[in-house]
Amino acid sequence: MGKTIAEINEKIKKGKAVVVTAEEIIGLVQIKGTKKAAQEVDVVTTGTFSPMCSSGAYFNIKQTIPRMKIGGGRAYFNNVPVYTGFAAADVLLGANALPDDDPRNAVYPGQFLYGGAHVLEALVGGKSIVYTAFAYGTDCYPLKKREESLALKDFNDAVLFNPRNGYQNYNVAVNLSDKIIYTYMGVLRPRAGNANYCSAGQLSPLLNDPLYRTIGIGTRLFLAGGVGYVCWPGTQHNPAVPRGKNKVPRGAAGTLGVIGDLKGMSSQWLRGASFTGYGTTLAVGLGVPIPILDEEMIAFTSVRDEDIWTKVVDYSHDYPQGTGKVLGEVNYGELKSGKIHFLNKDIPTGGLSSYLKAREVAETLKKWILKGKFYLTDPVAPLPSS
Amino acid sequence: MAKKKVILTFPPALIEEPVTYNLIKNYDCKINILKATVRPKEKGRLVIELNGSKEAVSRGLNYLKEIGIQVEPLAQEVRYLKDRCSHCTACIPHCPTDALSLDREEMKVSFHGERCIICEACLPVCAYKAMEIQF
Repeated sequence: MGKTIAEINEKIKKGKAVVVTAEEIIGLVQIKGTKKAAQEVDVVTTGTFSPMCSSGAYFNIKQTIPRMKIGGGRAYFNNVPVYTGFAAADVLLGANALPDDDPRNAVYPGQFLYGGAHVLEALVGGKSIVYTAFAYGTDCYPLKKREESLALKDFNDAVLFNPRNGYQNYNVAVNLSDKIIYTYMGVLRPRAGNANYCSAGQLSPLLNDPLYRTIGIGTRLFLAGGVGYVCWPGTQHNPAVPRGKNKVPRGAAGTLGVIGDLKGMSSQWLRGASFTGYGTTLAVGLGVPIPILDEEMIAFTSVRDEDIWTKVVDYSHDYPQGTGKVLGEVNYGELKSGKIHFLNKDIPTGGLSSYLKAREVAETLKKWILKGKFYLTDPVAPLPSS
Repeated sequence: MAKKKVILTFPPALIEEPVTYNLIKNYDCKINILKATVRPKEKGRLVIELNGSKEAVSRGLNYLKEIGIQVEPLAQEVRYLKDRCSHCTACIPHCPTDALSLDREEMKVSFHGERCIICEACLPVCAYKAMEIQF
C-alpha cells in the first residue's frame, strides 16, 4: 500500500513521521528489506554542498529621494557589476561576475579572489556592501548618481535564483596533457596526476529520485539554510541519458532550477569560491526531502555510492574541444576511497562537492521535518523525464 | 636530538655564503632542503629542516643569525583557516606529505602543520582560500 504526501504531512504534523537521511536509509534497507522499510519510513532527506555552475540573485533597491531609474544605466556591488536591464530598481548579480579591473587570466592562472559569489556570501553573512549606480536621468527618475552602503536588510527584496542546481551526476575530470591545467573541475595535474569529481553521490537529491517521481516544479526544499522551491527544470536538464539497471544516470542528466529568499539564508551554506585560472562561483547547500510513497522510492533512495557510475573525461582536449570522448566509467565508492585504478595506474581523487557538508544539509532538513517546521509538497508539474 | 624547520632569508650580500655546507661541516647538522629561491644579487629564501643534537642545532642557528640571515620558524608561515574550509577534499591529491589529510569515514579534512613542507601546492587548489601562506 502506498502513501500520499498529504498523509506524510499529517504524520509530520502529529510528530509521528519517520525521517532518515539518504545515508541512513542504506543500512536500514539492508536490515529490514525494501518492503518493511517502505512501510516504516516516511521521508528520506538528501543534501549536497557544491559549487553551483549557475547562480545569482536579484534585488529590488529602495528608492532614494529624488528617485533614480537604474534600468539602462550601470551599477556595482563592491565594484562587481550587476545587470540593470530589468527596470527602475531591479538588478541581478551573477556569481561569476568580476570587477571591471580584475586582471582575469591576463596573469595566468588568474586568482579570481573576489566576484559576485563573494558579494552574495558577504551580504548573507550580515556585511554591508557599497552600492554604486550611474543612471541617465528621466523626468520621473531624475537622480543620476548614487553611492551608499547597503546591507541585506536594506533591500526591498533579495532572491537567490539558480537557473541550474543539483546536477544529477557529473563528469570525473582528468588531464591527459603534459602540463597542469586550471578548470572549473579544479586544478588538474598532467598525465592524469589526479581525478576530480563533483557529486554527493548517495546523498545527492536527484540521484535518490532518478526518474523525478517526487521532485518536480513546486517542490519545497532546503536552500542555503533557508527555504526554497524548484521553480522550473534546471537549464541543461537532460533526462535522456544512458542509465543503469537502478535507473540512475551514468553521467550528467537532470538539473533543478531553484529559487528562495536570500534574507532567510546563511553564509554557512552560501560560499564564494575562487577557481584558479577559471573564475568565481557560488557553493550552495541544497537539500530535497523525498517522500517514501512506495517500495520503489525506498529502492531508489537506498542507492549506494558503489551503484552510481559516472564518466571519466579528459579536460585538456576532449572537454574543451567537445569531442564527446569518454575514457571510461568509475563509481562513487571508488572515487571516495581516494584513488581510482584507471589508465593502468592508481590516480588519486579529489572532490569539489563536500560530502561532510552534504551530510549536514540532510541532517538539518531531517531535524526541520521532525520538529514540524518543514512540510512536503506535491509537485505542481513534473520535470521532463524523457 | 632536535629537529627544526626554519625559513632563512638571505640579504643579497650573503647569497654566495655556502650556508648548508657550513652547517653540515662545521656544526654537524643534517640539512634537508624543503624549498629554495635563490637568485644572484636578490634576496634569497631557503626552507630547511635542521636535524642534529640539541646543541648542534642551537649552534647552527646561532651561526646563521650571526652572519645576518633572518631565521623564522616555519610553523608561523602556514595557516589553515578552519572556518573557511568546506571539506570538499580538492586539496587532498595535491598535498605530497599528507599534511592535509582526510578522515574518509567523516569525509573531514584536517591540517597537520608539522608535516607541511610549504610546497604551496594547496594554494591554487583551494577554492575557499582556507590555506594561507605568508612569505
